[in-house]
Amino acid sequence: MIIKNSIEGSFHLTGGDFTNAGIASSELKSILTELGLDDNVIRRAAIATFEAEMNVIIHAIAGTIYYSIMPEHIKIIVNDMGPGIEDIELAMQEGYSTAPDWVREMGWGAGMGLPNMKKNSDEFKIDSVVGEGTTVEIIINIKQGLR
Amino acid sequence: MTFRKIIATLEAEVIFNSIDIETEIYSVCSTDLMSDLLRFSIPESLLITGLTQPQVVRTAEIADVTAIAFIQDKRPEKEAIELARQKGISLVVTRLSMFTACGKLYVEGLRSFPEDNK
Repeated sequence: MIIKNSIEGSFHLTGGDFTNAGIASSELKSILTELGLDDNVIRRAAIATFEAEMNVIIHAIAGTIYYSIMPEHIKIIVNDMGPGIEDIELAMQEGYSTAPDWVREMGWGAGMGLPNMKKNSDEFKIDSVVGEGTTVEIIINIKQGLR
Repeated sequence: MTFRKIIATLEAEVIFNSIDIETEIYSVCSTDLMSDLLRFSIPESLLITGLTQPQVVRTAEIADVTAIAFIQDKRPEKEAIELARQKGISLVVTRLSMFTACGKLYVEGLRSFPEDNK
């Protein structure tokens, strides 16, 4: 599969909306599948986006996922209006979480979200301002010609 | 292990099935933590869990899980079953505990990737 032109789009996310949580990532996964990208690239992009989406749902008031699929890579930017992260280094540690108990009872908030995003990215950036919000940028390289 | 053998081993009730019952399932992830599923599962696995809400099915979809087994006779919520139908993820319910379900499948030869399949 060779992508000639970049394909771009966005999804709006509403904080606390667990009913629709994950739909954006699911739709992005469908778009990548229809493009015929490598299964592993699709899976990594879906997982990283899903973790970012869930963080917005759990922690923020609202957020947006922007994606652009280019010939060489997929870029996903997720920004939110949320509490921000005081200590990013600490938040990146596996197992560290500030999620409330009711979120944990649903199987989330185990402190693996940010590490999972980083693990599935080829490039990962995070920027946060306390009291304003957080932006993550995920880049996943596309290995051309595998399918 | 075939899906047929998993169903028999867990003495499970099939809630919804979307695959050939002879489909081979090569790995299992037993967890109630969704990020662990995203981190430690491989595609075409079985998820064993005690969580029954639609989010479990959504996470399974993202992780390319083939089938979900709900333990201790926990029934998936109606919305979870509907989402599984849409996404083609098979659902079964077993009365066994997480420990016993995993133990029985292990004895029969199913393994968890990556730690057991190095």
